[in-house]
Amino acid sequence: MSYTIAHLRRGETAIIKQFNEIDVPLKLLEMGCLPGNQVTMMQSAPFRDPIYLDINGTHLAIRRETAQKIIVEPYG
Amino acid sequence: MGKSINVSLIGNPNTGKTSLFNRLTGLNQKVGNYPGITVEKKEGICKLDRGLKAHILDLPGTYSLNTTSLDESIVVETLLNKNSKDFPDVAVVVSDIENLKRNLLVFTQIKDLEIPTILVINMADRMERKAISLDIDQMEQELNTRIVLVSARRNQGIQELKEAITDYKKLTSTPCVNASVIDTEYFESLRNTYPNQLVYKLWLVITQDVNFGKLERNRELEDLKKHKFEVKSESDLKRMQHKETVVRYQFINGLLKKVLKVDVANAKDLRTRLDRVLLHKVWGYLIFFVILFVIFQAIYDWSTYPMDWIDEAFAHLSSYVSDVLPAGPLTSLLSEGIISGLGGIVIFIPQIAFLFLFIAILEESGYMSRVVFLMDHIMKRFGLSGKSVVPLVSGTACAIPAVMATRNIEDWKERLITILVIPFTTCSARLPVYLIIISLVIPDQRILGGAVNLQGLTLMLLYLLGFGTAIFSAWVLNKVLPLQRKAFFVMEMPAYKLPMFKNVVITVVEKTKSFVLGAGKIIMAISIVLWVLASYGLGDQFTQAEEIVTEQYAGQGLTEQELDQKIASHQLEYSFIGYIGKGIEPAVRPLGYDWKIGIAILSSFAAREVFVGTLATIYSVESDGGDEQTIKKRMAAEQNPILGGPLFNFASGISLLLFYAFAMQCMSTLAIVKRETNGWKWPALQFFFMTAIAYFAALGAFQLLK
Repeated sequence: MSYTIAHLRRGETAIIKQFNEIDVPLKLLEMGCLPGNQVTMMQSAPFRDPIYLDINGTHLAIRRETAQKIIVEPYG
Repeated sequence: MGKSINVSLIGNPNTGKTSLFNRLTGLNQKVGNYPGITVEKKEGICKLDRGLKAHILDLPGTYSLNTTSLDESIVVETLLNKNSKDFPDVAVVVSDIENLKRNLLVFTQIKDLEIPTILVINMADRMERKAISLDIDQMEQELNTRIVLVSARRNQGIQELKEAITDYKKLTSTPCVNASVIDTEYFESLRNTYPNQLVYKLWLVITQDVNFGKLERNRELEDLKKHKFEVKSESDLKRMQHKETVVRYQFINGLLKKVLKVDVANAKDLRTRLDRVLLHKVWGYLIFFVILFVIFQAIYDWSTYPMDWIDEAFAHLSSYVSDVLPAGPLTSLLSEGIISGLGGIVIFIPQIAFLFLFIAILEESGYMSRVVFLMDHIMKRFGLSGKSVVPLVSGTACAIPAVMATRNIEDWKERLITILVIPFTTCSARLPVYLIIISLVIPDQRILGGAVNLQGLTLMLLYLLGFGTAIFSAWVLNKVLPLQRKAFFVMEMPAYKLPMFKNVVITVVEKTKSFVLGAGKIIMAISIVLWVLASYGLGDQFTQAEEIVTEQYAGQGLTEQELDQKIASHQLEYSFIGYIGKGIEPAVRPLGYDWKIGIAILSSFAAREVFVGTLATIYSVESDGGDEQTIKKRMAAEQNPILGGPLFNFASGISLLLFYAFAMQCMSTLAIVKRETNGWKWPALQFFFMTAIAYFAALGAFQLLK
């Protein structure tokens, strides 16, 4: 089991490590979701899906299923 | 004679691009459609110095030139097609100071197309408050561009921008990133195969084809594809696009490290605190439903006042015209056909305007994204996403803008399903029909100790029925439609902003105008056709109606007015419309209707709200501007010719309500669906299925209840 964005707790920050190109839409990359960038879990919607992230200063929402594909490492 | 140049405004959503457009053009703008598709095309004129005129095109918001939705493909096509009349002499890329990094991505792509480009950095007034500093000179050098700091909200920097556009010839078209490093060999082979073409343009054409399919109507580019060069697989291309994005961000990060200084201490802001409440699992939904409640209150309650004024004004105008002008068919066409038809359009303006007022405020403030976020999980179960919520909710006012609002749903299957189910939601055109039928067949009683009004309850149940049917059909369609979906959901959560008055007003004016001119034409045409069909007929029974009726009722002591009414309804029975009505009577009798209701339903296929007006005409009520009380009395008095008893009883009333709840009775919606889906296939299916459901639901209800 790898540590992904979906595992982050509210307010927790991590560094994006890697993901498979096929699983992650290009649009997400365009919005700044790139390896090496910081990601902070802002909060998740009721029923825990979708989730609200701050990636490198851009605030965006993605579904949990996508978040599970993005591997991160703890920050600091 | 002044010279005119083309300027395209391009940028990410939520950068204030539209505010800037409104600043540059004022009310000197028009909203049309791109040929063949219903994506709004916003254009305007801006006068510059030295007699130069800028023709400004506000392109849809986009994060990059990699196409995933219809909106984005418009941007790409405009920038790729040199022969198009919209091809820009200058591209103005709009960015916002707080999201500069992300905003620059699309800027670097446009530079690669070697189009002269100006970079606008909007919301510059926030720099001081947010402790941001920027080295403009160095940035201009590294990006090979002209930069203008602007605040569209405060009206700052607009003059500088106009001057920069005037001096467009001084702009360089040198790119700032070398994208070919992602696969040098491949780009080299492209360059060799097409020595006369820009490599980056070729690359965009290739990837656009793979990712979005051929929306290309550009012959020059069609030719390109005929040539054979090394074909890459879809996943290879996708990998390369990912790589390209990484390369561009590396460049941007490197640049911003040198020129941008941000004091991070100010990070905690209003957004976080507001989101905690607005996205809360209890408060979030509660607030959303309160907002919905206020919107409905406005649409149904507040708008009754202006609607009553409009109603009265047109009634006066109609009687004034028939009093003043000499009697004759022309006067009667004008007063009964045209003026009442016009009234039928104008009366909807308050409701439409209120709806768009609220939608514009919600969108401008950034709250709309929060609604999508809150509703996504629930909608996902029915094969939709949070993005379908706004169109479905707007559908309760009018399906036409609602269908148009689906265009930011990227996934085609989801978008199609949303379009197909929108007409089930209770649009405002059904309201007059519901109101009059409910008041006839549902007793005006209070139940549960006086807390609940039975008529109000019925109305609410009809709304729930509409929404429930829409959701349920979406679920069925999701199972049935053999379409693949690229299920992903990415949405920006913009910062909260105070809506700008000017933007809200322009949106309301534009949308209302397009309703009046679009749907209005059809309603108008129908009322004229209806008037002609009801006013003319063949044969003695029609032409000699006066003699026949006078003879029939001779000696019964009818007043002149009563006699006139009898004559009018006799004429109607033998008019063209009377014959049509009698023709379809066998089909509608099992539902509990007579030929007159049949006619009203038939004419409602043009637009539902015609129902009451048609019955008014048919029941030969002196149409006092559609005074509902008299129509209602007349309807209550109507007898069922076969079963006896009142024609509008509980059974036939419920049957009618169900028919109107389900039937696809709106030509304008069908026309919009045809344009949105590029063909008659889907609107035809929609029409057939919805009408079949309506017929059988009404049949079942009447046969069970009678």
